[in-house]
Amino acid sequence: MAEFVIFFIMAAVALGAAISMVLARNPVHAALLLVTVLVAIAVMFLLQDAQLLAAVQIIVYAGAIVILFLFVIMLLGVDKSESLHDPVRSQRPAAIVLGVVGLAELLFLVGHHWATGTSSGPGLNDGSGGNVERVARSLFTSYLWPFEVTAILLVVAVVGGVVLARRSGLPPQQELELERDDDDTEPDAMTESTSEVSAP
Amino acid sequence: MILAADPLFKNGVDGEVVLIVIGKTLVVFALLLVLVLLYIWFMRKVIADMQNRIGPATAGPFGVLQTLADGIKLFFKEQSIPDQADSFVFKLAPYLSALPAFLAFAIVPIGGEVSIAGHQTYLQLADPEIGVLLLLAMSGIGLYGVMLAGWSSGSKYPLLGSVRASAQLISYEAAFSLAIVGVLLWSGTLSTRGIVNGQAWTGWDSFATQWYWAPASIAFVIFIIAAIAETNHPPFDLVEAEQELVGGFHTEYTGIRFGIFFLAEFMNLITMSAIAVTLFLGGPSGPSLGFLPASGTVNAWIMPCFWFFLKLVILLYGTVWIRASLPRLRYDQLMDLGWKWLIELAFLWAMVTGIIIIAKQQDWDLLLVVPAAALGALAVLGFLRLCMPKPGEFMDEVY
Repeated sequence: MAEFVIFFIMAAVALGAAISMVLARNPVHAALLLVTVLVAIAVMFLLQDAQLLAAVQIIVYAGAIVILFLFVIMLLGVDKSESLHDPVRSQRPAAIVLGVVGLAELLFLVGHHWATGTSSGPGLNDGSGGNVERVARSLFTSYLWPFEVTAILLVVAVVGGVVLARRSGLPPQQELELERDDDDTEPDAMTESTSEVSAP
Repeated sequence: MILAADPLFKNGVDGEVVLIVIGKTLVVFALLLVLVLLYIWFMRKVIADMQNRIGPATAGPFGVLQTLADGIKLFFKEQSIPDQADSFVFKLAPYLSALPAFLAFAIVPIGGEVSIAGHQTYLQLADPEIGVLLLLAMSGIGLYGVMLAGWSSGSKYPLLGSVRASAQLISYEAAFSLAIVGVLLWSGTLSTRGIVNGQAWTGWDSFATQWYWAPASIAFVIFIIAAIAETNHPPFDLVEAEQELVGGFHTEYTGIRFGIFFLAEFMNLITMSAIAVTLFLGGPSGPSLGFLPASGTVNAWIMPCFWFFLKLVILLYGTVWIRASLPRLRYDQLMDLGWKWLIELAFLWAMVTGIIIIAKQQDWDLLLVVPAAALGALAVLGFLRLCMPKPGEFMDEVY
């Protein structure tokens, strides 16, 4: 009974926050509403006895990712005004089609017990110990390979980010000289590019 | 569910159990508030002593009620909201920083197992399986208070202060979590009760053999440094560096909203010290009075609480001492320390700990393995330091 009540409260909170997030005009408010959605879903994980997942959800998503969103919003000053002009016109019909397909998929899955009922795979219900122990055991035994591959993927993403952040493929010393030359010819290249971002 | 490890819930939940939980919640909340009141008074008195002053002396005996008087004053002050402020977020921010500070304290074991009205229970509000991860989650949420306070003030200094604060907190969170790993490897559990049980008192040598500060000594040092940085305590109080930022993220706050920020800061400091006691210093473990019955009121209730609060006061005294004696770090020094030293050291220490634990399990020769692991870690550290760019090598000096 308590589970039922908590589920419905949290579902209402998550849905309400998600809808207001999309409708919010201020990006900081949208980020805050996103955190509300994430926390509500973390509570649902707790309800399913997935304690580790709930903690990770809050630590990683609320504690790191949305914080970085906020960082970007604050530092680039995009919170002043928001242009509703869509640069890629074909995005809109594509989004509608994808949304309808996704909804149909969801409704189809809801009606099938293999999506909502007990799982037949080597689930977390097997074995002894608490939730954390069982997640750890399946991560580091059955699913070690995907786990390690994901780790490599993340490292590749980080290295890629660093490489992209540097403008040229030159060694740092020469790149610095290049930048100095740029600065000599176009003294306010930097200020122009930043003001473009914040301009309405 | 989340509280299920407590023996209180073994026989199902009835009205009495609910009352006990509500009672515990109220006691822990009040305890944290009273600790903050006493800590502020204690801090002012000790710093005054160290600087040859008298300190608060008027309100109550030895000025102990000074903080209470200050708090009442803050309640009745005018609360202004700047014109440019986002008023909803502006009002929300103080609570966002105070609430996680309180929630994190819920996992701290204050005493041993006691019996209240016939129910066995732990003297701690909650003992979730994820234990220490709850602390990390809460310090992540606590960041929002600081960040949103700065942004919503609609003013320059608070924004600068809050960006600085978030950079500092994110940087030190990594070292902080890795330092906790140093303990978790030894304890084998995330639950704070489990960690404390692993450090039970078995005799006077437990101080060095049972408590985790000795096997995880480097992690302990890193934890203390990172925890001080996480709580914006001097010498890492760049967040509110008065000379540079007026007051940092809370410049525009007045009245009790300002007070709540300070309350949150001190609550965080006390929670961090209590967590340090739990992780490294055995929590409530300590010798009991042998001439009294082991399950009597004194040995079951008072002695564990006494040891816990004694250790807590010692650590808190340390924080006051640091506040009184160390100057504030420069911003680049802060980042260097966090990224170039603490994270690497904590990482290598976690690896060395892992090797030592495996060696113990496999019965390898510890005299050979431990120095080899330590030397290997030092070699890796030296290599990493050599690879790092020297100041000014790649970039113009900006300082």
